[in-house]
Amino acid sequence: MEIPYTVEIRKDTGLYNAKVGIWLFLASEVMLFGALFSSYILLRVGAPEGYWPHGWLTVWLGTLNTIVLITSSITTVMAWASLKMKNFSGFKFYHAITLCCAVMFLCIKSYEYHDKFIHNEITLKDGRIADGHVIKKTAEAVTIEGHFVTNRTELFDTHNGFFGPPKHGELEIKTADIARMSNYGPAHHTYNAIYFTLTGLHALHVIGGALVIFYLWAFGERMWKTDPERFTNRVEISGLFWHFVDLVWIFLFPVLYLL
Amino acid sequence: MQATHAIPHTGVHAEHHEDAGFWRTYIFSTDHKVIGIQYGVTALAFLFFGFLLMLMMRWQIAHPGVSVPLVGPLLEKVLGPVASQGKISPDLYNSFGAMHGTIMVFLAIVPLAFAAFGNYVVPLMIGAPDMAFPRINMASYQSYVIGGVIMVVSFFIPGGAAQAGWTSYSPLATSIPTNGQTFWLVGMVFLITSSLLGAVNFIATIIQLRAPGMTWMRMPFFVWAQFVTAFLLLLAFPPLEAAGIMQLMDKVAHTSFFLPTGLAVGTLGNISGGGSPLLWQHLFWFLGHPEVYVLILPAMGIVAEVIANNTRKPIWGYKSLVYSSMTIGFLSFIVWAHHMYLTGMGIRVATFFQTTTMIISIPSVIILTCLFLSLWGGSIRFNTPMLFVMAFLPMFGIGGLTGLPLGFNFSDLHLHDTYYVIAHFHYIVAPGTIFALFAGVYYWFPKMTGRMMSEFWGRVHFWLSLIFMNLIFQPMFAQGMAGMIRRMSDGGANYTAAHNTAAGMEVIGGLSDNLMHLHVFILWAAVGLGLSQIPFIINFFWSIKNGKPAGSDNPWNATTLEWQTPTPPPHGNFAKAPIVYRGPYEYSVPGHTTDFTPQNEPDKA
Repeated sequence: MEIPYTVEIRKDTGLYNAKVGIWLFLASEVMLFGALFSSYILLRVGAPEGYWPHGWLTVWLGTLNTIVLITSSITTVMAWASLKMKNFSGFKFYHAITLCCAVMFLCIKSYEYHDKFIHNEITLKDGRIADGHVIKKTAEAVTIEGHFVTNRTELFDTHNGFFGPPKHGELEIKTADIARMSNYGPAHHTYNAIYFTLTGLHALHVIGGALVIFYLWAFGERMWKTDPERFTNRVEISGLFWHFVDLVWIFLFPVLYLL
Repeated sequence: MQATHAIPHTGVHAEHHEDAGFWRTYIFSTDHKVIGIQYGVTALAFLFFGFLLMLMMRWQIAHPGVSVPLVGPLLEKVLGPVASQGKISPDLYNSFGAMHGTIMVFLAIVPLAFAAFGNYVVPLMIGAPDMAFPRINMASYQSYVIGGVIMVVSFFIPGGAAQAGWTSYSPLATSIPTNGQTFWLVGMVFLITSSLLGAVNFIATIIQLRAPGMTWMRMPFFVWAQFVTAFLLLLAFPPLEAAGIMQLMDKVAHTSFFLPTGLAVGTLGNISGGGSPLLWQHLFWFLGHPEVYVLILPAMGIVAEVIANNTRKPIWGYKSLVYSSMTIGFLSFIVWAHHMYLTGMGIRVATFFQTTTMIISIPSVIILTCLFLSLWGGSIRFNTPMLFVMAFLPMFGIGGLTGLPLGFNFSDLHLHDTYYVIAHFHYIVAPGTIFALFAGVYYWFPKMTGRMMSEFWGRVHFWLSLIFMNLIFQPMFAQGMAGMIRRMSDGGANYTAAHNTAAGMEVIGGLSDNLMHLHVFILWAAVGLGLSQIPFIINFFWSIKNGKPAGSDNPWNATTLEWQTPTPPPHGNFAKAPIVYRGPYEYSVPGHTTDFTPQNEPDKA
């Protein structure tokens, strides 16, 4: 006996096996991200008044990434639709765009990560706080592009606009004056922690999905020739996953960038 | 005994004979039956390993600070200073405790109940040639092995394995300055991946690969139980994975998800703070409670199969069993905070969870009642599987009923974290689930090997296990109610001494000498339990080659489809695709020539 319904549809469920599988898998993914979003809510609600940051991320970069991912979702559907219309080159074309979008998304995300890692909050021994991006660092002094604040709470609501923080002048701070220096990495604040965890996990999903799509794009021709229906199903399954990854970002963007 | 529906072996084998070589056949197999057996053997090994950890802990509790006999020198050699002079130090005790729980739950019982029996039996029962995704099935087992290896390896790293209990509460888990917890978390990620792949596979298989005529209400209850269990694993484990990722971030990237502002361990920690220790508990128990039903539902499935087969009559209330198990599945997602009454949550929240907890006991009681009623009026065959199942019923009953005082928040305040809790959930899992699993091993062994296990040694194994299990866990109820708390590496010796030396004051608390003496009693009962597994182990391996031949493909005269295949079933399972004509438990049908009617036997015109 061979395993049935690998390609053809089972009448009473209306599905082939892999489609049941991917929907179940996505249900589990919803619980995974759902737990992290719930944690975000709990941590945010539990934060003392005025200690939850606003405007730490650059909105236009997030918007651009949202557009990039939505575009890739559209081309994913087009790639699958092309196969349904027996048009393999159309599939190649559209999924090439999907892959470019995936790479572009990851590049923008990496830039944003890098921006957070060079961004430092420096507590001086006299109690003042310097906040800004490190430009130069030597043994004696740190040069940052930033500004001084007297109270840490000033940093939590930056009132940054769509295009990010205003330009600040350069400040040179002597190493001897520094009491504590902390970059905006995961350990800086619970907000950064949940930001890096959520977007990092999402980025892993982007990488995973892109690898699968790349595999189908680069090595799919042989299966398309021998078993086109099965190949189309595979593209559909990977597409469903890709839409889910896109959907997660649709939630991440407002939660982390706008609220 | 009537001739059964034996299918000639020759021809079937010839048709499906593929010489795939040793590695493809036994190690990297995609056949659900081989994977089931791989899971089963690995999980049984972990079960024994977890038991040995507990045995060493019981020695330490009964004789604190005394070198462990027999294995003491070995411990010191292998584990280093934490076991100096062969004694179990408090740190090592904590490691053993944490790993005993982890191994028993995640590496032994769940893989055995769900993955091993589910893999082997479910596709056969629904008339499928294999699981829906055989390669994902293989990946699931491999992921499980990797997770297990990481857990075992963590014993040998500097500082030893995780020490914060199987529940790994933060901030304790994050603050212990060794890497055991990191290993634990990484290992858990692999185990969760394994169960995710398994769960997806099981559900897809049951939805898609049922044979023609195998409607939902003709599925054996065991398949239903596995179906609900798979949904629990699919949906409850991811939140623990999320929590694990966050704790890993706390441990490795020094975030503060679960670390509150101003946390001082020794000195004030250099952390951002703002985290919530309660968040971990919520996420952990969101898995933790459905996990309880993951442990018990497959066991109930086995019990139903064995009872129907050995009472020679249909299960009483099949539909009630099915709907109850689904109800349990839904409700198990909204009872988790009854593990957290002592965290100071509000009265209203506690009342909510207390109410849902009491409601979930209703379907559990329905299931147990149906199983009891199924015995009524049957001409029961008392073979080894049936003995284990008959013991399961009252043992699970004790476990369930002693859970009620823990489900009420007012009585839980006293009993929380005492040995009463330990006795309660061990009654459910040890003489409950494990007995059902033993029943499953004895029951399906002839299908897997074509030979029966020894009936006599099976009975020896059963009676000794039953006696020693109760001698171990009954005294713990008394100890717990008297106030003996969990996780004391000296079994409460210091606690008692401190109270008894409170000069000039009336001594309150402490533990009486009688209760302390019970430690020694429990230790020897545990040793007895260990020894009584020897007949099982020998019987198991000896019978593979030398057991009494099963005689036919259906030695128990059962109705379900797994017995209507060649023995052992070849790759692809059925010689020709089965068609199902009737429900799963058509035993003793009046007017029928045999007292059982297999599901794939056509109606006589």
